[in-house]
This record gives sequence, C-alpha cells and structure tokens, in this order.
Amino acid sequence: MLTELEIHEIKEEIKLYPYAHAACIEALKIVQHYRGWVSDESVKDIAEVLSISASEVDSIATFYSRIYRKPVARNVILVCDGMSCMVMGYQSVYEYLAKKLGIQWGESTTDGRFTLLPISCLGDCDHAPSMMINNDLFHNLSITQLEDILEKYI
Amino acid sequence: MEKPLTGHIKAEGIPLNIREYEVAGGYTGVQTVLKKMQPMDVINLIKDAGLLGRGGAGFPTGLKWSFVPTGSDVPRPVYLLCNADEMEPGSFKDRFLLEGNPHQLIAGMICAAYAIQAEKAYIFLRWAYKKAETILRKAIAEAYAEGYLGKNILGSDFSLDIYVHTSAGRYICGEETALINSLEGKRAIPRAKPPFPTTSGLFGKPTVINNVETLCWISHIIENGADWFKNLGLNGEGGTKLYGVSGRVKKPGIYELPMGTVMREILEKHAGGMTDGYNLRAVIPGGASTEFVMEKQLDVKMDFVSLKAVGSRMGTATMTVLDDKTCPVAFLHNIERFFAQESCGWCTPCREGLPRVEKMLLAIEEGNGKEEYLESLKFHTTYCGPGNTFCAHAPGAMEPLQSGLEYFHDDFMRHINEKHCPWRSND
Ligand SMILES: Cc1cc2nc3c(=O)[nH]c(=O)nc-3n(C[C@H](O)[C@H](O)[C@H](O)COP(=O)(O)O)c2cc1C
Ligand code: SF4
Ligand code: FES
Repeated sequence: MLTELEIHEIKEEIKLYPYAHAACIEALKIVQHYRGWVSDESVKDIAEVLSISASEVDSIATFYSRIYRKPVARNVILVCDGMSCMVMGYQSVYEYLAKKLGIQWGESTTDGRFTLLPISCLGDCDHAPSMMINNDLFHNLSITQLEDILEKYI
Repeated sequence: MEKPLTGHIKAEGIPLNIREYEVAGGYTGVQTVLKKMQPMDVINLIKDAGLLGRGGAGFPTGLKWSFVPTGSDVPRPVYLLCNADEMEPGSFKDRFLLEGNPHQLIAGMICAAYAIQAEKAYIFLRWAYKKAETILRKAIAEAYAEGYLGKNILGSDFSLDIYVHTSAGRYICGEETALINSLEGKRAIPRAKPPFPTTSGLFGKPTVINNVETLCWISHIIENGADWFKNLGLNGEGGTKLYGVSGRVKKPGIYELPMGTVMREILEKHAGGMTDGYNLRAVIPGGASTEFVMEKQLDVKMDFVSLKAVGSRMGTATMTVLDDKTCPVAFLHNIERFFAQESCGWCTPCREGLPRVEKMLLAIEEGNGKEEYLESLKFHTTYCGPGNTFCAHAPGAMEPLQSGLEYFHDDFMRHINEKHCPWRSND
C-alpha cells in the first residue's frame, strides 16, 4: 500500500498535467524515492491512483533505466563505462570495486550496503573516469582514492 | 577573442545570481524583446543571424520557429522545450552551460518563447545532472521573484512558466519526439513525422524543441544583432561554438572558440596536445554517433559543412580522442554496446541488428572473430542505416562503425588472424 504522503505527492503531480496518466513517471520516481525501488505491489498501487492498468505502468517502469524494478542496496554505485571513460581506464575502477566489494555488475553486497551498476556517460568526460554514488559525482578517479570514497557511505 | 556564452562563467564555479547577471547586461535582450519587438521580428532576426541548432543536426533555428502556426485560432498552450538530456557518450557541453550560467539559458528561453508565443516551457534535464538541477531551480525561482517569469512579464501582456523535468534515464529521450512522449509520461519511443512537433507536439499542441546551447544564444543575438553573430564565425557559419576535448590530452575541457576553428588547433593549442607517452590515432568529433576523423584529417575546420566534407559530422562538437594505447576494436565495441542497450526496440533493424553488431565486435575483440564477420558488420551499416529505421538512433550507431571498419581494417585483421587482441598482450 502507498502511504498517505506518497498518494498526496502523486496527486500534486497529476495537477500539473492535462490527464492523470501523464504523471506516471513522476509517480514512479516518488515511490522509488521513499522505497528505494518499485515492487510489483507498488506498480499496482500506482496504476490505481492513475486509473490505468498495472501492465501499462510496468511497461513504463521497465523502459526507464533509473527506475529500479528490483531491490537495490542502500547506496548505488554507478561507474561510467562510456567511451571517454573507457579510454581513461574505467576498467581498473570497476575491477577494484568488484574485488573490494566481492560483487559484479548488477549485484549487491550481502550486507545491503552497495549495489554496483554500469552507466553510460555521466556528461563528465573531461574528468574521466567518473562515477556517481547516490547523488554524488566523483571524478578524475584513481584507484587509490576509492577506499576513502567508499567509507563515506554506510 | 569574444566568448559570449562562457564569458560570465567563473572559474571558481559559482554562477552569477540574477542581480549580478542583470548588472552584466544579461537580461537586456529580454527587455528589448518585450518592449520593442514583435514576435515575427525576433524570428526574422534569428533567421538573419543564421543560427544553426547546437543539438547535433544543425537545423536553422529561425526557420524551425517560423513553422509554428500563428493567429487567434492556434491551439494553446504553445510549448517551448529545452533539450538538456545530453546523454550521448562523449558529450558534456550542455552541463557546462547549465551549471555555469543558468540565467543565460533562462533569458534565452524567455526571448525564444516570446518569438513563438509559447506560454509554457520545460527544461528536460538529464537525471544525472544533480548540480545543474539545484542551480537551475534556484535561478528559475529568482527569475519569478524579479518578474521575468510568471504572469505579465515586465508589465507586458506576455506570460511564461518554466518547469524543470528530470528524466528517468534512457538515451532515446533526447530524440525530440521521444522526449515529447516521455514528458507525457509514456515510454520514450519516437513518433512518426509528420506531423512535426511545431504543429502537433506535446499534448498535441504546437511545440518547439531546442538544445541548451542554441537557446543560450538568443538574447545575445537580440542585444548585439545578426551581423555581430555572423562575424563571430570563421567559415560562413556564425557564432562561436563550445568545443570539448576528452581522452588522453593534457588539458581536457570545454573551449569556446569561433565556429570553424581548425580541429588541430583545438586539440594542440587549447587542449595542450597529447599526454606524454600517448599518440593520437583518431578523433570522434562530436559524440558516439559521429564518424572517426583520422590524424591525417586534423586540419579540418570544425563547422557543420566542413566536417561533412571529410565524411563525418559535427554532432555535439565534444571530441573524444582515441589514442594508440587503446584498442580501436574494443573502443568500437564499447560504442556499439551503448547503442544496442539504448535501442528503444521499436524497429527490427535497430532492435535485432545492433545486438548482433555488438556480439560480433566482442567476439573479434576476444580473439574469436572470423573474417566473414567483417562482411556482416559492413552489411549492418546499411541494414541499420538511414532509411531503414524509424529514428536516427541506429543510423547514428552505424557512423563510427562504418568509418572504423575502413580506417582500422588492419587492426581488425590482426585480431582475427592472431586470435587475440594485440593491445591486451601489451599489458
Ligand atoms: C537518439 C537521439 C538522441 C538525441 N539526443 C539529444 C540530446 O541529448 N540533446 C539534444 O539537444 N539533442 C538531441 N538529439 C537531437 C534532437 O532530436 C533535436 O534535433 C535537437 O534537440 C533540436 O535542437 P536544436 O535545433 O537546437 O539543435 C538527439 C537525437 C537522436 C536521434
Ligand atoms: S531506430 Fe532504434 S531507437 Fe529509433 S525508433 Fe527504431 S528501435 Fe527505436
Ligand atoms: S564517457 Fe564517462 S563521463 Fe562521458
């Protein structure tokens, strides 16, 4: 079930559009903001608020890469694997993180602390290699800095 | 040298607030437009200046605006959309403008909206641009507080609201009709044209979509005139251009230079040349969907016409340098993996073809390639090319591949004959 607050926020978004289902992406973002990801149950709940079918909400949710349909850890690490970061050596950043955390692309640590995902180009190519953790950008990365960066996230 | 777009961007990184930008003359274009010009005058001025869209295709901006219907029976509201999705690998110029001088964009959008008589505007912002989002929201709030946005701007009968929409992530959102679908809360799948957005766009209303850098020009052109703009360029196309350089150069970054500046000059003089120990092999001139420019072609002028003449494209004009320590096959695989992942799945050549291209490149890179793959890859450059797909995504993906197959033929053959990547053994 969605919380009162989530429903309220979705209804506020609906007001900005000519019809309710136009707020679908915003509704998904709101639910993900509070829950970290969007479950099957949430998909159904959102569909109800927007008066559209759950399968329609799901087709939209699965289309966009920043809507997570599977649970993610408390902190999501997005390592840029775009072409400029490749030239500048993102592979060594990935290999370090994968080894240190014992996970590969798409996986989460068992303690629920980190999920490791690739991302294509963060628009920060002049400071490659780049990565984001949650909303924070880190760039000009060298593997010697990575341990200190990870420590900021619990 | 004049740097109209970046002149007010401070090195320490905090953008001018609205008062400071007003003092610098940044909002005089808005005053002029609202007090002294008719919408048609603005369109004609931008046409005269010859401003070409900075989103990649170089479409004339004034001409695009003139397609918006006018008169009392026009469906309302009319929309202005600022394309700030910037997701093409290797592109980082719009981020620089958004973070560095948000009021320049807002002033430009007010003038552009007045020209097409739009009453609602959206900035479609890439989700990853968190810093830009904070800066933009603050700047928009300042503009409302000072009476530059909202009802009856500066006492005129023109009203405009600007909203920020953050994307939920997918490269195809940057394609203008997919962007419209995304703003409507749908999957970002391109729409058939015609109807063009200028007649039927967002929610079926007339809509103009322009790139960030394009819109940043508008109030400068109003303040300084069409001739001023034309004279900024070196080779017939007006204005300055934000050129970017990334890869193994000494000073990667954004450089605002006259349109038509020679590529070699940008790379060697401004970006400081190659990092010691690395040699340049080729350049992707403007994002992953543009064709390689080889070392022997570096004297090309960077403008829309000249780059086309050497078989490439300006795109976003943010260059990625391919150096001699990076395997070109692995580099191409990286590019095609991106395009394969980002296909929206609507048409078969793109949905089925791009993953096949990606797999063949991976096989070659890993030493499992066969010579006939090269034929098949070549076939795909036409199969996924212009005319066979619904939008420019797959044809764009084929541009670096087509030129890469030709320019790096020997490197491909070495992978196939030696059954491993020659660059990996160097490790
Ligand atoms: C797959 C694809 C992605 C695109 N991404 C962007 C983008 O991120 N930003 C942009 O301004 N234009 C992008 N474009 C171009 C837009 O469709 C459109 O031409 C442009 O925003 C128009 O602005 P302009 O006339 O000011 O250049 C993309 C096009 C395609 C086919
Ligand atoms: S070319 Fe690709 S991205 Fe464009 S509409 Fe077809 S499937 Fe979608
Ligand atoms: S390729 Fe990594 S930030 Fe652009």
